[in-house]
Parts: sequence; C-alpha cells; structure tokens
Amino acid sequence: MITTSSLPLSDRLLGLALRLCGLLAALVLGGIVVVLLVRALPFLINEGAGIWQSTWQPGQGEYGMAPMIAGSLFVSVLALVLAAPVAVLLAAWLRYFAPRLRRPVLAGVELMAGIPSVVYGLWGMLVLVPWINQWVPPGASWLAGSLVLALMIVPLALLVTDAALGQLPLRYQRAGEALALSRVGMLRRVLLPRAAPGIVGGVVLQFGRALGETMAVLMVCGNVVQWPDSVFAPVRTLTANIALEMAYATGDHRVALFVSGLLLIAVTGLLLMASWRLRGVSHG
Amino acid sequence: MADRVAWLAGWVLLALVMVPVALMVTALWQQSADVLSVGFLLEDPGRAGRSGGIAALLISTGWILALCLLVAVPVGLGCALYLSESLPADSRRAQWLGGVLDMLAAVPSIVYGLFGYQFFAITLGLGFSILSGALALSLMVLPLMIRSAEQAMRAVPMGYRQARDALALSRWGWVRRILLPCAAPGIAVGIILSAGRALAETAVLLFTAGYVLRRPDSLFDSGRTLSVHIYDLAMNVPGGMPRAAATAVVLVALLVLLNLLVRRVLRQPMTEALV
Repeated sequence: MITTSSLPLSDRLLGLALRLCGLLAALVLGGIVVVLLVRALPFLINEGAGIWQSTWQPGQGEYGMAPMIAGSLFVSVLALVLAAPVAVLLAAWLRYFAPRLRRPVLAGVELMAGIPSVVYGLWGMLVLVPWINQWVPPGASWLAGSLVLALMIVPLALLVTDAALGQLPLRYQRAGEALALSRVGMLRRVLLPRAAPGIVGGVVLQFGRALGETMAVLMVCGNVVQWPDSVFAPVRTLTANIALEMAYATGDHRVALFVSGLLLIAVTGLLLMASWRLRGVSHG
Repeated sequence: MADRVAWLAGWVLLALVMVPVALMVTALWQQSADVLSVGFLLEDPGRAGRSGGIAALLISTGWILALCLLVAVPVGLGCALYLSESLPADSRRAQWLGGVLDMLAAVPSIVYGLFGYQFFAITLGLGFSILSGALALSLMVLPLMIRSAEQAMRAVPMGYRQARDALALSRWGWVRRILLPCAAPGIAVGIILSAGRALAETAVLLFTAGYVLRRPDSLFDSGRTLSVHIYDLAMNVPGGMPRAAATAVVLVALLVLLNLLVRRVLRQPMTEALV
C-alpha cells in the first residue's frame, strides 16, 4: 500500500521504517531461538541422550534433567488442577449469578494479575511455607509451589474465561430462559460446553505460563533435585535451576542450562500452538 | 434448589481467591511495618540490604525502566503502525506476524534472561549492566506494547480513513496529525502496561543487569532493581525479610498507581485527546 513510487519521500521512508520494525519483531524471536540453538547444539549432538538421565551432578559431568523436567511438570499440573476449576466456575458465577459483583471483582483480579511473581513468592515464604511446615516439614515443597502458582494463574484464567463466555451469542441465554431451564442446567448443558474451546485454549496458555514461571517457584519449592515422593517433598524446576546455577556455571554446565532454556521454549511453543488450534486462531 | 447451592458455591470460590490475597497484604504489611517510612525511600541500603533503605535501587530501577521504554515504545509503535496501516488484518503476513508476537509473549522470562545474557552481555560486550538489562527487558515487553498500540490504532474510526483517502492526505501526515493523536489514549495505556510489566520482572534481570547494590555510575554499571532486591533479600540475606517485605510494599504500591492511571486514561473520551 505504501510502496508506490509516486509517493512523497517522507511516505516512502515511513513505509520502510515500519517494515523494519515489523522485521525486527520477527528477528527477535528468530534471534532467541538461534542464540539458544548455537549454544546448545554441540552439546545436544554429543551428549543429548544424557539429559534424560536422573543424575544432575554438573561437577562430575552428569547432566540428567529428568527430575527437574518432572518437577516443572508436576508443579504446573497440580497448580492448574487447583486453579482452573476455581477460575472457570467463578467466571461463570460472576457472569450469570452475580453480575453486580462482576465489574469490581474483575478489577481486583486485574490488579492481582499485575502483582510481580517475586511478591507472590515472598508471600509463599512468609505465610504458606511456615504453614505447611506445621503439618508436614519442611514446608518448602511441590505443594507450596503449586499453591502459589495456582494463585498466580487464577486471575488470568478467570479473565480468559470471562471473555470466552462474553463471546457467546445472547440468544442462548434467552432461549434457555424461554424454556425455563435452571441457570445451573443452562450453564452445564449449553453455555460452558459452547465456550469450552475458548476456555480450554486459554487454560492451556496458562499451563505454559506456569511452566515458564521462575521466581515464585524458586522461592517456595525447596529446590532439591529429586523425584518427589509426595506433594510435601521439595522439588526443583527447570526454570529455578537456570536461575540458581547460571551465576556460577561454566563450560558444559552453562551449556546444559542453555539446553534447558531451549527445552522450555520448545514446550511453551507447542502449548501455544495447541491453544491456537483449540481457539480456532489461524496464523498463516 | 440447585441455583441456591450455586449461589453459595460462588461465594466460597470467591473467598478461596480473595482470602489468600488478603493474607498476602496483611503479611507484607506486618513484616514491613517497622521498616517502612519516608527515610526508607531516601536512604541507600547498607550491610547487603539488612539496614538502610532503597534509594540506590530506585535509581537503578528508574534507569532500567526509562531505557527499556525508550527502546520498546518507538519500535513497538512502528510495528503496530505496520500491522494496522500497511497490512490488511486478514493478510497472510499480518497473521504470521501476529503469530510471532504471540510466541514472543509466551516465551518464559528466564529464557529472555538467557538470551539477554548471551547476546547483550557477552556477544555485544555490554557485560552485567543497566544497558543489557534494559535491552533484554525491552524485548520482553515488546509484544505487549505492540498489541495494545495496534488495538488502539485499529479502533480509529473507518470514516477518518475514508476522509483521508478523499482528501488524498499523505501517509505521514495522516499518521502524525490524525492517527497518533486519535489513538493516543490507547497508546498511553500500552506504555503504562509495559512499564508495569517491566517493573514486575525479575528473572530477565538476574543475569543481565546483575546484583550490585550501590548507585550506578553509568549505564554500563550493574544495577539492582526493586524486584531483584526483594528476591535477594528474601532468599540470600539472613534477616532480610522485613526489608524485602517493605520493598515489596513499595513495588506493589507503584504498580497499583500505574493501574489506576490506566483506568483514568481509559475513561477519557477519544475526542478530548484530539484537542
């Protein structure tokens, strides 16, 4: 549109500058992937199979990440199991049962979504970990991480669900009222199933966010590299491992951390694509 | 009957979310009560943060935030203009670029940290510095900035565009005199949201801007932000909890202020921005 040569110089410069900005955004993503790949690839080719082992002993050249991959998955899955039902049902309730509460609660929830993850982590250390410690020591555990993550996921999952429900045509609700369906029945049989793809797509995205979350998990999970034998056992996630060891890692150890970064980006990318499919978004 | 149970269940769910938040606020408040004062904002930290205030951190945070926005806002605006003005919304290229932005938004922040460390600190030789941190951070907030600015630009009424074509306005004139002023409130919201996201971020900065506690001498000096300070005091400094909580209160207060600002800007009708 801006490329015709009869346009004034300022317009042609503008078109060029805008195109450059668009290119830059694409270059950033490409750059991140390339930089991680360049650091990680030689290691992956030589010792790639080793990362699926269970022993993480960088000093001895053993870079098994399996317990940390499992840690990331366990913590995120439990967080999602706790947060998703609460967020979805609460969003539906606010929309169809307590519409007067909806605006103030959404405003509060937006505020919650803006609270930094370190502050959630700090709360976990101050309140949650000592509390769990009273029941089952040591307190810093898989459960603590999942609870903190769940509290962080609820706001965004709620907002996504609210938006998905808001996109349903009003006639569903009108038809339900005309048929004198109970509101619970209507939600269960009509509204929630109709909005399900959007809701699930949004929740999948939150799963990616949970997997990538670093600070809160780092502060409350205890960070012991092990297969957790219960929800009260400490775990270390992939993200926490990067944050903890990057400061002093050298050589292959540092490269192994880049490998785990590559793993994270691959998984979140796949989750995003799954979310696109579910929500019916097409991206070329 | 079922509806009444649902009514009750809703309140229980609401309490499930709100009670932990209330607990968080009270816990932070109790921990920080003895420390929090005006002096806390004006003093430099001492003994690894166990004493003194957060003045030096406010300075580092301010620099990092300013530089981050200095990069992210112009590039973000350019990209948003490209998306909203040069490409039809359903064109292949627009969808592709939208996909790239979604991907960028989904990349975990610690990965931006890894990339920033490798690219800005090592490859470009900027080291652990305010500059590396701000650049890495600007990449992280870029998708948010672009998306909100694009939304604001697409919301400019179609009639204005038709009038532009009828009057044969130059593109540059259209962008500068009409589009940007019209979209200004939405763009302002985008900038404020990006600033909030940048202030809240920790993982990106851990190994790009570094940990150093004193006031930075230059942009090539390492500097610690409020969020990194909270993490370090809570995890690595025994006895740092009260000041970690106090810093958290300051940070959350800043973010709440930004949130209120967004609400204010959004309430402003579009025509007011044109004058």
